[in-house]
Amino acid sequence: MTDASMHETPRKSSIHTIDARTKQRNASESRFKAYGIAAIALGLFFLVVLFVSIVRSGLPAFTKTVVEVEFTLTQEQFEQAESQLMKTGAYQDLFIAGIQSQLDARNIDVQADPAALERLLGKIGGDIRAFYSENPGMVGEPHVFGLSASSRVDGYFNGRVTRETLVDSRFLQASDLDLVDALFEAGIIKSAFNWGFITGADSGVDNPGGAGIGVSVVGSFFMMLVVLVLSLPIGVAASIYLEEFAPKNRWTDLIEVNISNLAAVPSIVFGILGLAVFIQFMHLPQSAPLVGGLVLTLMTLPTIIISTRASLKSVPPSIRDAALGVGASKMQAVFHHVLPLAMPGILTGTIIGLAQALGETAPLLLIGMVGFVARGYPDGFVGGFVEPNSAMPAQIYTWAARADASFYDKAWGGIIVLLVFLLTMNIIAIILRRRFERRW
Amino acid sequence: MYDAPHYTERDVAQTDTKISAKGVQVYYGDTHAIKDVDVEIADKTVTAFIGPSGCGKSTFLRCLNRMNDTIDICRVQGDILLDGEDIYDRRVDPVQLRAKVGMVFQKPNPFPKSIYDNIAYGPRIHGLAKNKADLDVIVEKSLRRGAIWDEVKDRLQAPGTGLSGGQQQRLCIARAVATEPEVLLMDEPCSALDPIATAQVEELIDELRRDYSVVIVTHSMQQAARVSQKTAFFHLGNLVEYDDTSKIFTNPEDPRTESYITGRIG
Ligand SMILES: Nc1ncnc2c1ncn2[C@@H]1O[C@H](COP(=O)(O)OP(=O)(O)OP(=O)(O)O)[C@@H](O)[C@H]1O
Ligand SMILES: [Mg+2]
Repeated sequence: MTDASMHETPRKSSIHTIDARTKQRNASESRFKAYGIAAIALGLFFLVVLFVSIVRSGLPAFTKTVVEVEFTLTQEQFEQAESQLMKTGAYQDLFIAGIQSQLDARNIDVQADPAALERLLGKIGGDIRAFYSENPGMVGEPHVFGLSASSRVDGYFNGRVTRETLVDSRFLQASDLDLVDALFEAGIIKSAFNWGFITGADSGVDNPGGAGIGVSVVGSFFMMLVVLVLSLPIGVAASIYLEEFAPKNRWTDLIEVNISNLAAVPSIVFGILGLAVFIQFMHLPQSAPLVGGLVLTLMTLPTIIISTRASLKSVPPSIRDAALGVGASKMQAVFHHVLPLAMPGILTGTIIGLAQALGETAPLLLIGMVGFVARGYPDGFVGGFVEPNSAMPAQIYTWAARADASFYDKAWGGIIVLLVFLLTMNIIAIILRRRFERRW
Repeated sequence: MYDAPHYTERDVAQTDTKISAKGVQVYYGDTHAIKDVDVEIADKTVTAFIGPSGCGKSTFLRCLNRMNDTIDICRVQGDILLDGEDIYDRRVDPVQLRAKVGMVFQKPNPFPKSIYDNIAYGPRIHGLAKNKADLDVIVEKSLRRGAIWDEVKDRLQAPGTGLSGGQQQRLCIARAVATEPEVLLMDEPCSALDPIATAQVEELIDELRRDYSVVIVTHSMQQAARVSQKTAFFHLGNLVEYDDTSKIFTNPEDPRTESYITGRIG
């Protein structure tokens, strides 16, 4: 009797039954979680698609097809070739004859006329002659030459060129593919890792196989050095002044608004500014990483200033009070207490700004950072700043704009190299963040 | 109602004025937080500020070492003299002033550094220690005065922010005394402390009184009665009554003071 009446008192509800309001709240919470998971899944999906397509299209740039063949130049052949008018042509004929005799010796029955072999190898006479004039002792000795096959043979191995799509031309004919297959089986044609792509310089438009991104990596490196050395101290000093010392008045408001505006200015505008100021007015060298770095510094500064100010702002004011309270000067309070706490944020902002600058193309095109460098690396440290060079994204742009489809592979390969650098920088940002973030 | 401690009478005799405030007005933007306050804070004396929450005790305290300079919207008018010199004079460097007038804040705010560095920071920047051994001595002495030495002596390199709220408050007290200020401003230093630590801090305050002038803000009538010789009662930005502690607690002149200390307003 008393039990029953107690159950009927409306005010006491059991916590074992869930009431309608709680149910509603729980439902909306799980809905929200589902949206979040869906959004992340979608993002991951596109990321995977992006990576897979980049890697698939870019990997061919990292392999090359080499023709590896043993060849012996006798003393009398050497003298005979050197006495001719077309010396490199003579070397080429001799080398091709050497390949043919080897095929015969191994009983490989394939039609290998000199013209076809020439199409496979391109003009190699010069390389052969250069080898013997540099190593005269090798005359009469057998030597294994590893020569890059023409880019269309590369394309055949990558699947870009097939028997069906091949149009006979003076570069490659359908019958040549049989020869390639036979040479591949004989182990004379091989796929090898293309170190030249990572370390080498850009090549001419007719030689996509020899194009490398190495020199523009160096160009980007020197540019980033300029950006880091200029934008980090200037940006951090400006933010500390604005955030901690400057009076809050109309002028500082104006400056603040303008910094935010600068961050939103399209990069190409900085490019044209750089062209006008640094090159036309100050007559700094064109295509030089120094100028590229200056332009990118202008672009990166607002990013660094904004993120530095945000991280300075997030330091609790009680820390400043504490420092001032024991008689520290404003400068001591900032440098001893505020700055160390803001460091992770400052570093993250800086590295993100640098990564942005590393991938920037448009302003570089305007100041001519698309220098065609075929003669290798800049000489020394100073040369790295002032000698004409290209930068990774500009190099990728140049390749993508070329007619020969083989450069397309190179462009994708360049994107992989660029992404590797960006990922490395982001990982460094995370590590620095962890290291500086004191959890107390 | 509250027993005024018997020792107050004998100490009030020393009446050298350390800080003298005349006609102080403080504005936060348009808010008039302190209205025309006159106070003479005596040397070698503990002065208590009491009053209901939001009446301006902290604001006035922060005027005494110019911590209000850090608040952009805050304006201070009137004269505040330290040893007869105007602290709002143009020639005064607030940094030098704050080395003389130390402060313990209402909310504990240890540096996110080790306990040792928390204490050593002030002496270091003021060059109070010649070498590491000197500094060690200062750190130990200060932590003992802050009544926290026994709890932290084994973990001086542990982060100061890892201490409990009450321990942090005592760490901040130790940090403030480490720089040997002439005046110590304490804003509710015992609000987070248990009775034992409170007693230790009160002992410290009593000891500091021998050399320094101490101003303490408190919400505890008992504490004000126990530690202070002078008491100021603030109400809505006005200094209602300022007199010997024994007088305030036994025979207040203003009816508002009486209702506050007997618990009728606040
Ligand atoms: N930074 C500030 N900006 C604007 N107004 C403020 C600021 N600090 C305090 N005030 C105002 O000044 C008045 C006095 O504040 P104060 O902190 O001095 O009170 P208090 O007496 O210390 O109170 P409590 O006992 O709660 O600490 C309050 O009305 C408060 O709103
Ligand atoms: Mg207060």
